[in-house]
Amino acid sequence: MAEVTLKGVTKRYGNVIAVKDVDLQIGDGEFLVLVGPSGCGKSTTLRMVAGLEEISAGDLFIDGRRVNDMHPKDRDIAMVFQSYALYPHMSVRQNMSFGLKMRGIKKAEIEKRVGEAADILGLDDLLARKPKELSGGQRQRVAMGRAIVRKPKVFLFDEPLSNLDAKLRVQMRAEIARLHRRLDATILYVTHDQVEAMTLADRIAVMADGLSQQVGAPLEVFEHPVNRFVAGFIGSPAMNFLPVQLDDAGKLNGNGFCLTLGEQQAELVRGKSGPMELGLRPNHLRLDPAGQIQATVEVVEPLGAETFLRLRQADTILTVRLSAQQEIKAGQELRLHLDLQFAHLFDGKSGQTLF
Amino acid sequence: MNRSGRPQRIITHVFLILFTAMVLFPVAKVFQIAFQDRQSFDMRLSVLPDLDHLTLDNFSHVVGRSKTEGFGAEEKQTWVFGHQLFNSLVVSLATTLLGVFFATSAAYAFSRFRFPGRRAGLLGFLVIQMFPGTMMMIPLYILMDHLGLLDRLLGLILVYSTTAIPFCVWMLKGYFDTIPKELEESALIDGASRLRIFWSIMLPLARPAIAVTALFSFMTAWNEYILAQTFMTEEIATTLPVMLNGFVSKTTVEWGHFAAGAILVSIPVMALFFVLQRHLVAGLTAGSVKG
Repeated sequence: MAEVTLKGVTKRYGNVIAVKDVDLQIGDGEFLVLVGPSGCGKSTTLRMVAGLEEISAGDLFIDGRRVNDMHPKDRDIAMVFQSYALYPHMSVRQNMSFGLKMRGIKKAEIEKRVGEAADILGLDDLLARKPKELSGGQRQRVAMGRAIVRKPKVFLFDEPLSNLDAKLRVQMRAEIARLHRRLDATILYVTHDQVEAMTLADRIAVMADGLSQQVGAPLEVFEHPVNRFVAGFIGSPAMNFLPVQLDDAGKLNGNGFCLTLGEQQAELVRGKSGPMELGLRPNHLRLDPAGQIQATVEVVEPLGAETFLRLRQADTILTVRLSAQQEIKAGQELRLHLDLQFAHLFDGKSGQTLF
Repeated sequence: MNRSGRPQRIITHVFLILFTAMVLFPVAKVFQIAFQDRQSFDMRLSVLPDLDHLTLDNFSHVVGRSKTEGFGAEEKQTWVFGHQLFNSLVVSLATTLLGVFFATSAAYAFSRFRFPGRRAGLLGFLVIQMFPGTMMMIPLYILMDHLGLLDRLLGLILVYSTTAIPFCVWMLKGYFDTIPKELEESALIDGASRLRIFWSIMLPLARPAIAVTALFSFMTAWNEYILAQTFMTEEIATTLPVMLNGFVSKTTVEWGHFAAGAILVSIPVMALFFVLQRHLVAGLTAGSVKG
């Protein structure tokens, strides 16, 4: 096991900057998830750690050694690809032994490690099969087995669950979490799915436009997003944003409503003014005949245990989470109460969090 | 799922049967001529053999062809057919080996690496394909003469390989392109060298394409006539297609011998096809990526 450190790591393709000045520290045995929308540079970052992409600028350290120019095979990492990348002409056993064979490990040891990994992953009965004879979930397991047998310093996962159906994804997610506890491995995991990020990670790093936006424990990022992007990306359903203007009296003027900030919050934005965005999670809005704003129901999504309402307020679509089933129909006019003590306020221009 | 009606199916089948008959007719006629004891053929549509004239003489004549040189004590009997068969086999197999070896390695480089001259090289190969081999006959002859390769099998091998390789490179490159890059990246991380990846991952996966390439190279060399005729001045140095043409002269055609020879010459190609057909199974990469 080892630490991985990225210092000002940058990737340029000609004039395009795919990853810009990323600083990251992945501790020994830590599970760090890189999360962001597609094209944000997270996969490129992972591939630079793997050595599949050259690093244009900055330094990469694994276990204290600078490995920028080190060949992938010498970095002592193992990677699980989104497409699994199993060798189609080899059996499961051969797939899992290939990396060990390449490293000149003795046959008996290979047998032992493959046996152990197969045991952990429940692949014992499939060792003689070819990848094409396996289901998606089984292939996924083989891909992980191939990584485990190597006992590498660092595990890299590149969107390993995105080719699985929803049910299997939940199951494999639990399996990866279990595996991490069992192996106590240093893991760098890339995904665009913030649920995966929240549930698996010790810490998550949110990326956008090639920049690392925020790094922190899942709940910390959830509760204290540094900017509007992180606030909107983490959490499902996403946070609601209402465009507002802050006036000198500390009041928030929206389209058809006016809100008064609490003392503490008003203190935090004293002296500021101009266009801003008020952010509230769907569970901090509730139906209340005496609520501050009025909105029209557009869609009702009953999920059984909870119900999501999509409402239109002026030009904004709001999501409200109701914990109980209620008789509500599309087209209905409702009043909503905004729980301002849980609200966030973002600068309209920079998107930085004001509180 | 067959949604077409019965009359339509009947028409389709009649058409298919007629077409098959048309394609098979010349082949059957060749067999008929080869097993009859005369050097002409009749114009009947029947392809059934005339039982009174059934014989294997044509075959024994073709296979047994030899020539006598010198006189008296120095008289030497040379088995011409044996020499020509040997020549054909050596030239074709060597062309296949050379062709596949250079084509796979070149195609891999063209498919995976970006280097100066890559585009020009690929285009060059394509352009070369547009010129018929006969066009290059005279320049090639001059080259071969200067290199002392006339009447030598090595000469033919080199010429045939160089004509087969461009096509093979394009074919194999196309196939390598379809093999997911992640497989190599995965092998790279697993600790395999480039050469190892080529040998243990790419080649096994490209088996169907390599089989086709091998077959193509073999047939290029095996069937080629004009260059063999031109570069090989001695009878025992030539290959089987040249032998076949020997049965045709300005005044007469020995049809029986010609037909028997044609059948004999096509046997190895068919044999090779049957051997390789097992490897021509497509979709070997199915199941490598995606769920």
